[in-house]
Amino acid sequence: MPDSETVSNNLKHHFANLEQQTATSKFGMWLFLATEVMFFGGMFVSYLVYRLSYYNAWVAGSQTMEITLGATNTAVLICSSLTMVMAVHFAKLGKRKLTAIFLIATLVLGMTFLGIKGVEYYKHWVHHEVPGPNFHFEHEGNFDPRHVSIFFTLYFAMTGMHALHMVIGVGLLSWLLILNALERFSAEYNSPVEIVGLYWHFVDVIWIYLFPLLYLISHRHTG
Amino acid sequence: MDEHAHPSVMTFVAVWITLLFFTGLTVFAATLELGPFNAIVALGIATIKALLVVLFFMELHYSTALTKVIAIAAIFFFMLLAGLTLSDYLTRGWSTYPSTH
Amino acid sequence: METATAPVEPKTNYLNADYGIKSWLLTTDHKRIALLYLISITVFFFVGGFFAMLIRLELLTPAGDLVLADTYNKLFTMHGIVMIFLFLIPSVPAVLGNFLVPMMVGAKDLAFPKLNLASWYIFITGASLIFYAILTGGVDTGWTFYTPFATTFSNTNVVTAAIGVFIVGFSSIFTGLNIIVTVHRMRAPGMTWRRLPLFIWSNYAASVIMVLGTPVLAITLVLVALERLFHLGIFDARLGGDPLLFQHLFWFYSHPAVYIMILPGMGVVSEVIPCFSRKRIFGYNFVAISSIAIAVLGFLVWAHHMFVAGISTYAALIFSILSFFVAIPSAVKVFNWTATLYKGSITLETPMLYAFAFIGLFTMGGLTGLFLASVGIDLHVTDTYFIVAHFHYIMVGGMTTAYLGGLHFWWPKITGKMYPESFSKLSAVLVFVGFNLTFFPQFLLGYLGMPRRYHAYPPEFQVLNVLSTAGASILAVGFLMPMIYFAWSLQYGKDAGPNPFRAAGLEWMTSSPPPTFNFDETPVVTWEAYNYDQIDAPNEGVKVAG
Repeated sequence: MPDSETVSNNLKHHFANLEQQTATSKFGMWLFLATEVMFFGGMFVSYLVYRLSYYNAWVAGSQTMEITLGATNTAVLICSSLTMVMAVHFAKLGKRKLTAIFLIATLVLGMTFLGIKGVEYYKHWVHHEVPGPNFHFEHEGNFDPRHVSIFFTLYFAMTGMHALHMVIGVGLLSWLLILNALERFSAEYNSPVEIVGLYWHFVDVIWIYLFPLLYLISHRHTG
Repeated sequence: MDEHAHPSVMTFVAVWITLLFFTGLTVFAATLELGPFNAIVALGIATIKALLVVLFFMELHYSTALTKVIAIAAIFFFMLLAGLTLSDYLTRGWSTYPSTH
Repeated sequence: METATAPVEPKTNYLNADYGIKSWLLTTDHKRIALLYLISITVFFFVGGFFAMLIRLELLTPAGDLVLADTYNKLFTMHGIVMIFLFLIPSVPAVLGNFLVPMMVGAKDLAFPKLNLASWYIFITGASLIFYAILTGGVDTGWTFYTPFATTFSNTNVVTAAIGVFIVGFSSIFTGLNIIVTVHRMRAPGMTWRRLPLFIWSNYAASVIMVLGTPVLAITLVLVALERLFHLGIFDARLGGDPLLFQHLFWFYSHPAVYIMILPGMGVVSEVIPCFSRKRIFGYNFVAISSIAIAVLGFLVWAHHMFVAGISTYAALIFSILSFFVAIPSAVKVFNWTATLYKGSITLETPMLYAFAFIGLFTMGGLTGLFLASVGIDLHVTDTYFIVAHFHYIMVGGMTTAYLGGLHFWWPKITGKMYPESFSKLSAVLVFVGFNLTFFPQFLLGYLGMPRRYHAYPPEFQVLNVLSTAGASILAVGFLMPMIYFAWSLQYGKDAGPNPFRAAGLEWMTSSPPPTFNFDETPVVTWEAYNYDQIDAPNEGVKVAG
């Protein structure tokens, strides 16, 4: 399909030109990401309130996190952001093959993240650290195990919501790969790649905060 | 419009290396005993990393003023949520009735 | 300006462009989606109204003789959930806003038409879940889902209803997102920010709240559902959680949500008042900025719902002071509307009657809000009928009258037909009288100490309760009448022509009903909003069609 055709096929009737359409959809995505900030914000505030109230339980809960796995996952996500940004870069140049390669790389890194997260979840399950009837935490020190349960509730809520966003991201990447294979994108029309890129980086940013909050800041400092 | 200035591949790679460096740094900082500064350092590094991603990977640095306003507004309203909620929790101990602390 | 000339012969419009159920259910035309919303929320309004009637009938007598206490709990809960989430929040933004925002800014459609259609399907999905919860036993937590009652003690379908509200929230997020992006990106040439109709400003402000507030409600309800299913303890004091945290998160959305409900109503009034006083609105800039100010300040006051819940005294003081600040932009609007009337050529057509009702009732509701913002009085009247009366003055007296006023004002544009003027005036009067008779006695009841949410009460409160129930039946007639004559007008109403009220604004410069893409050619705006002086000038009728 020639490039000019990708433009005429994708320009929606209510826009004057493709530039307006691209700018509009980017703006829409940024606004959606603002709603996502508030969505995660509710959990971040809960975290903040309970950390201030139950610091010792937070320390105890934080000890159970495997920093190696968390740090690896952080690195994986950062790499996936790089590959995503490269995919966008090549999509804008109209290079379909390179776009596909970097999209696949992003997809694989995203799946790797989810895999490692799954391993962590499994370990927490085995160690009875999943809140609920199965929850059991050794009471050693100046804290209440019930408060550790709240730590883990927030841990699972925050990382779980984050993982859900990753799963959606993986779905979006697959959709982009199909469109790319069908030659729907060109140097002129590539806004879906750019917009999914914004989403992907945002999910990365959330993790950049989750990692220190859940794994690091209370580690090894039993107060 | 906002497409004219556009970061280069080298910028992306440089940002990527910086991000990996800060990830290592924050893990290292967590092994030190810094008292309350552990949290400050960790969150400070996280903020630097987040800014790098937002400014360069998400190209906010090269975007329209409107996009910047949205990003700032999102942070601002999150701060409102956090700040005003804490205005309750942090001042509960000031009163004579039993507090949660 | 050439777009102003409307063709005489019947032309293709958005209603007759295509026929069949598929052309409606798969439409991406914002005007058709607005009608889908209109039909759905009208149904929901009457369902919510049905619950309200049962409540008022129960309260006719002091004894709890009509329904059981548990049933009564479910009635007021379902009344609240249906009215707030399924009627008030989508009312003006999703119906009138959907229909008018693209036309008022001179666009062919909203920025994301498919997202707009998706938002309606999401709305219907969430509403279906809520109705499933209602039909399989109901919910009894109050619309506020307060923990730990909702998470631990209630034996009703809390999770289903909460997930329903969660889903409906996303439809509201998408509507708000669409409106914001459209206002920023889709304005016609020449349509600068200061030429935008105030309806746009206020819907924009409401959309900001929808976009930034609703996600917090969403995540809070997720946590409530998780807590209820797995007993995690995050909001359960027995497990170390804090129920007040739930209230903080809940009201962070649900207080600004009041402004989602009222701001678009203010937008309607800002359109109607200049039109029927034939004057430019007084202090355009102030009215526009006050919408934004209300939206932002609205986020700073939520804990005034929690004064008696056990928050810190110091936080209560802060929130009390901040709550008073909201009165400033609200009062700016009321004063500007009143000033617009000054020396205007006022005609009392139906939309204007509704607008007048709005100003009076909203002022009452707003001023009693100031009572409640002061901690001392709030402690006295919290959870009494004073609160009930206060927020019904805002939501029914304010928002629902504004919505009806707007529906009358733009009905000729939406359908191309006029409604019967005498019946509609009668309905406006019935709504005003019925409303005051219903809710004014409740101020007195609350001040005398009658608590809300009980199905029985001491006999000395009966007279006022009988008045209230009598008023409610008048109000019901007032609400039913428009249903009937609007439906009647579709068939028998006079043809409206493009601009029956000689109103200003781009939406009046195209035919009624408008063509699918709103304008035959993209309009170019060269004039300020509310240019009634130009429209009415003898030789300069060019800026108005018909």
